[in-house]
Amino acid sequence: MKFLLVEDNADLANAICSRMTQDGHVVDHADKILDAFAYSETGDYDLILLDIMLPDGDGRSFLKRHRAGKKDTPVIVLTARSQVSDRISMLDLGADDYVTKPFDHEELQARCRAVLRRKSGTGQTTIRMGNVVFDPVAGSLTIDDAAISLRNRELRLLELLINAPGQVFPKHKLFDRLFSYDEDVSENAIEVYIGRLRKHLEPSSLRITTLRGLGYRLDYD
Amino acid sequence: MTEAVNVSGSLRRRMTLTLIGGAAVLAVVLYAVVRLYAAQIAQQGQDSILAASVTSILDAAILRDGTVEVDFPYAALSMLSTASDDRVFYAIHKNETLLSGYEHLSPPDGTSHTSGTYLAETPDGALIRVATDSRTLVGADTRSVITVSVAQTQEALQVTLNGISRNVALFGAGFFCLSALLSFWASASTITPIRRLTSSIARRGPQDLSPVASPVPSEMVSLVASLNRLMGRLDKALAQSEDFIAEAAHRVRTPLATVRSHAEAMLHRVDQDENRKALRSMVRAIDESSRAAGQLLDHAMITFRTDHLERKELDLTELLQELVLRLTPVADMKDITLHVESKEPVLVSADAILLQNAIRNLIDNALKYSPVESDVMIHVSARPLPTLEIRDQGAGFPQDQIAHLSSRFSRGDNAKGIIGSGLGLTIAQEVAEAHGGALKLSNLPGGGACVTFSL
Amino acid sequence: MRYILFVISLLWPAFISAQTWEDQQLFNEAAPSQTLRILSSTDTAFFSPIIEDFLEETPGWSVEYLVTGTADISRVLQQDPEGYDVVISSAMDLQVKLVNDGFALKLADISHRDWAQWRQSLFAFTSEPATIVVNREAFEGKPIPGTRQELIQALRAEPDLFRGKLGTYDVRSSGVGYLFATQDARASETFWRLMEVMGGLEIRLYCCSGDMIDDVASGDLLVAYNVLGSYAAARQAQDNRFEIILPSDFPTTMMRTGFVSKETKHPAAAEGFVRHMIEAQDLATGAKSSPLPPLGLHPDGRNPTVIALEPALMTYLDKLKRRTFIQEWSNAVIQ
Repeated sequence: MKFLLVEDNADLANAICSRMTQDGHVVDHADKILDAFAYSETGDYDLILLDIMLPDGDGRSFLKRHRAGKKDTPVIVLTARSQVSDRISMLDLGADDYVTKPFDHEELQARCRAVLRRKSGTGQTTIRMGNVVFDPVAGSLTIDDAAISLRNRELRLLELLINAPGQVFPKHKLFDRLFSYDEDVSENAIEVYIGRLRKHLEPSSLRITTLRGLGYRLDYD
Repeated sequence: MTEAVNVSGSLRRRMTLTLIGGAAVLAVVLYAVVRLYAAQIAQQGQDSILAASVTSILDAAILRDGTVEVDFPYAALSMLSTASDDRVFYAIHKNETLLSGYEHLSPPDGTSHTSGTYLAETPDGALIRVATDSRTLVGADTRSVITVSVAQTQEALQVTLNGISRNVALFGAGFFCLSALLSFWASASTITPIRRLTSSIARRGPQDLSPVASPVPSEMVSLVASLNRLMGRLDKALAQSEDFIAEAAHRVRTPLATVRSHAEAMLHRVDQDENRKALRSMVRAIDESSRAAGQLLDHAMITFRTDHLERKELDLTELLQELVLRLTPVADMKDITLHVESKEPVLVSADAILLQNAIRNLIDNALKYSPVESDVMIHVSARPLPTLEIRDQGAGFPQDQIAHLSSRFSRGDNAKGIIGSGLGLTIAQEVAEAHGGALKLSNLPGGGACVTFSL
Repeated sequence: MRYILFVISLLWPAFISAQTWEDQQLFNEAAPSQTLRILSSTDTAFFSPIIEDFLEETPGWSVEYLVTGTADISRVLQQDPEGYDVVISSAMDLQVKLVNDGFALKLADISHRDWAQWRQSLFAFTSEPATIVVNREAFEGKPIPGTRQELIQALRAEPDLFRGKLGTYDVRSSGVGYLFATQDARASETFWRLMEVMGGLEIRLYCCSGDMIDDVASGDLLVAYNVLGSYAAARQAQDNRFEIILPSDFPTTMMRTGFVSKETKHPAAAEGFVRHMIEAQDLATGAKSSPLPPLGLHPDGRNPTVIALEPALMTYLDKLKRRTFIQEWSNAVIQ
């Protein structure tokens, strides 16, 4: 997916960009409103991440003009301000959601998915693999046209694995992506989800292989 | 929320009293002047009749064979008849000798040529008005000065004056009553612009610190100008403090966000267990401190706002559903389902921003303490009070600390050493109390916490 | 000097008691307690019913009724204002002057017709016209004169018949006579012509109405002018030898008045007496018992044509005025 990140803090922007890229997204970065307009008018973005305090103005003015220009690209606002004062006006001005800094990257991703699901509908990001059709945004999985209902964590696990079939994911990598930092569980908790996903994928041509001591890998028959 | 104001009298009362006082003085002056004038006119009337009587007697005085004869007409005294049957006295002097009439009417100081009117007293003490005139009769070898005095008591005059006084007093009283009514009206209408200004300021929302724009009477210009200046300064000060809080949040959170992002990115790159542990606890620490900072700043903002609740009619259910929509992605991450049980719109008059913040904090808490793949039930009801009940399937509050938790919310004690849930509950409690409601904590029989937030 | 004053003060009561009364009567002698002294010009016979009624209503009192001439009343009262409680006279002018000079007590509680009272002090209780009384025999077969003018013509027609047989008040000594004469003179010149005619016929002068009526009845007089109608009417009840003429050209009607002396020692009783007197003589309220005529009322309720109770009555009491009037009168009457 293609993101536009409007953020004036270069360090933070770099961190976000590198994380997004890791996940296989394309990210353009603008550090002021002027540039943001230029990008948004030329590029075709799936989602815009917008900081509110920018050197050449308030992110809200971008939001206003963006909506006035009949663009329906969803916008998620990144705000460092007090939750109390900004929240309402942001939504009033047409932001689709907001995340308070500092944010959990997984939460940001979850919100992006939720916004995209609401705005763009399904079928945009469909991945087909044998008899499996998977849409990470819609969170839907069908095997031989039979819809399989997955829990959120199972979906996210599948998304991780399906994006890089054949790649070995160490246990701790998967753990980091699935569990939040305040959850006090051991890395072995991941085995439960691997087990569940395996069960769901039984009728499919996809297999999760355990490589002892190394991690897990999605194989495709 | 009535601030104690040092009251010193009432402008309206003072004005009314001043006007009434003025009217009273005017009425008394009017009474005195009219009465004096009436007394003069009445006295002039009596004087002219007395003078006519004197003249008619004088005219009848003739000198015949050296003897003075005064064959004065009946009318001379008849014209002095009054409704009050005033007593009548007269005296006819030749030079300084009394020819006939009353001795006590001798012209004052024996002056032979006198004319005019004056007040005198009879020997038995009655007040009389005397008119005197004289005339010289020239005989063959004599010159006699005939002096005639006619006097009358003043009873009819007094009756007339009393009548006039009564009428003038009635008129004065009427004038006074009318003036008093006018005073009430005048002071009420003068006060009206002040009232209008007061109510226009009282009706304003807490955020409205714009200058008073409606026209005011010239006397109030400097007051309103001062008020506008004061509000301008206040607006600026408030904007500054809001800006300060926003700025503080920005300053704290942005670097934290950077550090967190880097730490997270780093975590994904390192494999060694001890490094990962360190990075994870670093991220946790960042989360805790950012949450604490956020809540402290939110709390400051909420404290600031609870002083001027910006109440609006709103639907609690709708507000809740909006919030749940925002929090679902977060809940999903732990596979927690948020259930909203609501049968009807619950209309309340409340500050939307405060309510949102309080409920968000409560749901955040529930999510935080709920186990993976559990349910959080949120129940909204309108009766007996607008109430929100949040139940989770977590461990519940430590039983021995429920009372303690509640008492811990009190102001002054909340800031120290409380990170995380503590301030969230404090905020919720303060918001509930600012709206006249309460926050109750309890544990469910089957396990799990239950928070009841009522307005 | 002091000695002389002392002697005078000792003799003073004796001097007062030396007053000679025309009549003097004590009513209800038996009552030992208090006595109301009434100074009056009205004959006792005319007044006694009123007094008797009053005593009936007010037990415990006796009334001393003292009669003297109208002109004398002023003098008597001025000499001893404390000695008399009620003063009654037919000489309105003298009464008005006494009140004007402050000898009367104000009786605020008595409500009387406005034209019949003055200063709430002087109260009228009869109205009595001045009449001409003629001997019936003398006018047998002749028209009886109805006006002063007709009387003049009758006198001129038979001067010899009337010479020395005409009478009227001696205005010099009679108060009521003076009042009638002056009011007549005010009203019309006819009075003077009549006086001149009568003076030419050797008019006889009287002090009192009673004497004139006696003489007309007996035939000593044929015509008496300005006789008190009330006395004549009372006499006519037993004696019809005379005719009473109420002159129709202009009437001269006097009111008998009374007041309470300012110096009275019994103000309440004196006021009670005046009230009783007014009520007894009021046709509207009282059952009249006295032979005195009532206070006449005009049929319409308006003021009757009576001599007005006003300070102007004092005009003819003026020394100069009186001197001039008496001079003129004497010139006309005494020839």
